[in-house]
Amino acid sequence: MKLDVVSIFVDDQQRALDFYTRRLGFTVSADVPLGEHRWLTVIDPDRPDGTQLSLEPKGHPATGPFTDALIADGIPFCVLGVADVEAEYTRLTALGVTFTQPPTAMGPVVVAVLDDTVGNLLQLAQRVD
Amino acid sequence: MADIYRALADETRRALLDELLQRDRQTLFELCSKLAMHHDLTPSRQAVAQHLDVLEAAGLVHSERSGRYRFHTIDTSPLVGILDRWPPRKAEQ
Repeated sequence: MKLDVVSIFVDDQQRALDFYTRRLGFTVSADVPLGEHRWLTVIDPDRPDGTQLSLEPKGHPATGPFTDALIADGIPFCVLGVADVEAEYTRLTALGVTFTQPPTAMGPVVVAVLDDTVGNLLQLAQRVD
Repeated sequence: MADIYRALADETRRALLDELLQRDRQTLFELCSKLAMHHDLTPSRQAVAQHLDVLEAAGLVHSERSGRYRFHTIDTSPLVGILDRWPPRKAEQ
């Protein structure tokens, strides 16, 4: 069994696509028109067989209050592994990305938390050996 | 001002103040992580939010809504009242 697709609820699919590709560096894996919305997934270009991230529209009425509550308390929706959190923080800040938590040592990891501009926080994590 | 003694009479709340002294504008999520990593304290997020409410009622913490997030910042000025009441004085031996 393989973790094929995980979903994140976004305010706007087009803005999400711009952020996840142009800022974070993912590439489009699937982009299928489905009426008002799209089946839209992105993937790590270095792992074409890896897990896809589905940029899911907030169609269900529970999704808005759910993501609003998480973001208010600074809780990231998922974790992105990076080689160097400090370097990503510098790179992304220069691109205008907002962080709610700068790089912080937390035992075996260095973490930072950023705003994906479409209603979610994402944690960057670097393992420290 | 009356609440300040009760606010300080709890280990978790003192640890929160310790962490907030390190940097202003921290989220509930970050503070929960730091309680666990630095203080070996793992209350629920709900409990930490309530501790922050007590600190805020005592004027020791300010929470500020900034866009879609809420940040917490320390304010040590109420502590001055304690020193005003009991200024440092050493017993003469």
